[in-house]
Amino acid sequence: MATAFDGERAVRGGSRGDVLVRWIGGHPAAALITGLAVVGVLWLILAPWPAGFEDLFGRKRLLITALFNGITLGGLYFLVASGFTLIFGLMRNVNLAHGSLYLFGGYMGYETVDWTGSWLLSYVVAFICCAIIGAAMQVLIFRRMEGQDLRQTLTTLGLSIVFADLMVWVWGGNAFQITTPDYLMGPTPVPIVVAVKSSGEAVFLAYPRVRLAIFAAAVLIGIGMWLVLNRTRIGVMIRAGVDDRDMLSVLGYPVQLVFVLVFAFGAGLAGMAGIVGGTFQSISLGEDSHFLLASLQVVIVGGMGSIPGAALGALIIGLSEQIGLVYFQNYATVLTFLIMVIVLALRPQGLLGKR
Amino acid sequence: MTLAQTTATGPIDERGMPGRHLPPRWIAQHSSILLLGLVLLLLPAVAGNFVLDQIVGWTLILGMIALSLMFLAGYGGMVSLVQMTVAGVAGYMVAVLGASSLPTISLFWPWWVATPLAIGIAVVFGTFAGALSARTEGIYTIMITLAIAAAFFYLTLQNWSIFNGFNGFTSIPAPIVFGINWKAPIPLYYLILFCAALSYAAVVYVSRAPFGLALQGVRDDPRRMEAIGYNITAHRIAAYAFAALIAAVGGVLLVWLNNQISPGTAGIEATIDLLVIAVVGGLGHPIGAFVGAFIYVILRTFALDALVAVGLDGRRFQTIIGLGFLVIVLFSPDGVVGLWRRWTARISSADGGSHR
Repeated sequence: MATAFDGERAVRGGSRGDVLVRWIGGHPAAALITGLAVVGVLWLILAPWPAGFEDLFGRKRLLITALFNGITLGGLYFLVASGFTLIFGLMRNVNLAHGSLYLFGGYMGYETVDWTGSWLLSYVVAFICCAIIGAAMQVLIFRRMEGQDLRQTLTTLGLSIVFADLMVWVWGGNAFQITTPDYLMGPTPVPIVVAVKSSGEAVFLAYPRVRLAIFAAAVLIGIGMWLVLNRTRIGVMIRAGVDDRDMLSVLGYPVQLVFVLVFAFGAGLAGMAGIVGGTFQSISLGEDSHFLLASLQVVIVGGMGSIPGAALGALIIGLSEQIGLVYFQNYATVLTFLIMVIVLALRPQGLLGKR
Repeated sequence: MTLAQTTATGPIDERGMPGRHLPPRWIAQHSSILLLGLVLLLLPAVAGNFVLDQIVGWTLILGMIALSLMFLAGYGGMVSLVQMTVAGVAGYMVAVLGASSLPTISLFWPWWVATPLAIGIAVVFGTFAGALSARTEGIYTIMITLAIAAAFFYLTLQNWSIFNGFNGFTSIPAPIVFGINWKAPIPLYYLILFCAALSYAAVVYVSRAPFGLALQGVRDDPRRMEAIGYNITAHRIAAYAFAALIAAVGGVLLVWLNNQISPGTAGIEATIDLLVIAVVGGLGHPIGAFVGAFIYVILRTFALDALVAVGLDGRRFQTIIGLGFLVIVLFSPDGVVGLWRRWTARISSADGGSHR
């Protein structure tokens, strides 16, 4: 375990810039390849394509749209998976009811928009509703079986079965779409050339404004979480709890309170993500297991219990899903599965996970 | 892994060598299982085809697949959610390699090629899934295996060139061997019964063989086992391979019973139902898998009518399953078999008290 310890000390010791420089110094070949790949991808995205490329990649608009869809979908996956990974990292509780919370948040958001017409208010409502359920689950059930990982996980599984059926009871099997508010309706031009007209005039990509806005919000939430985790007292407590829960409680910190807060926050985030999903796509029966699976994949790829890992994993899974959908329709899930297999084979703890 | 540890005290306690006991005592000790076997053997004389295939046959098949999960969870401490998928892979391969109503996909190879090959592919798949998750520990297994199972489900749903997407395969015939049509209810019933009894015996045997004992050691204290020279990863992967064999045979039988397979057969709901079956039955003893499967099949077949009969909405079946599962997890972590054991122990201790 000496290498892992050294790596950790290196991360703790210097600022992030230092680490990057040191990594490039340590792996010049890998750094060169990564740099070339980044430049190549940027060129693919920004420059107008020469003639031969369309045969290889199809229409440029297709690839660019897939990339944008993948990145914005990654934003949505990040919202769902960050709560999942926090709960897992701190409490060792694989919350298999996380997808149900997502779906419930979506339904509550739909109802709120239906009643009040306010899209922004629906986020508040969904967050509060799901946070209350999450806190109740932690206080009423999981506190009683602390340290019993498997029993907790089985309990969340039972809860997810019951939740799913109760939601079918209330909302039926139909799909709901949450209406996008007027100010986010329609496309917005993006300064990326997708084609050149015969007159030599460049055609720019137009992309749905709501997806861009939501992606920006996801980034903001991610930065906010990073700041809270790294710059506040409660964040220090949470990080300490992820590293060594027992030691934190021995030192007299209110561990139970931190647990409830984190569970409520993670559940609330999943609920808010439900509205995002309901606006992007739709909310319906079966979406709970879809997003539970997405969270699992994101967390397995990114690293369990790590917020930056969740961001990276969400981006990878979102992109691979959308690109797979465009280029190999019949085997789109195989691509995400392969990524998961490769990560598990090379780094069982996930890309940014700690052992 | 507290649950596995508390529940699995049974198999460890029962390590007594069978050879030490005289045969009559052995019969007395196993009277209930022998009686059950006798009843199942003679069942076709009294029961109709519906009971034979749709109740008992289905119970035994689900029990076999749940048994493979019980073996991994109870003796290996690895709650693998991929077992239903292994069964699904075997079933799909029987349809793809053998015969079905889809001549564009099915290869129509003879059964003695298609069936072993299908089982072989499923075992390779199950072993591979095990190798992926065996390097991580405890609770991670659930996450990884669930992700693999869900990936397979979405693949079957999306892919039309091999798995025929949403529709799946229909009219998959059971073979005709030795002049017997194995699709007929009674031969199929005996085939299922034979396979189920064989897998049960195999699990009981392996659990007491050196490999099974080492596996239980790996479950209880992987570090210590590693320190005394056992390759713990190899033991885990071998356990996955053994369990995959049982699940694969179950999957083939399931396809022969239902004549069809579709994404739902190994879907996420089926995967979770299988875990429910194994946990409700009890992860502490192989018989728990079959007990759980029996309860599940009975509920699945009759609960709808029963719910309507008492004035409830029959569609709330899943809520009943979920609540029942929660009650078991919260109050009897070793399942119905554990309840039964504690109950009989109390009876016998009460008896002992009155005799004194």
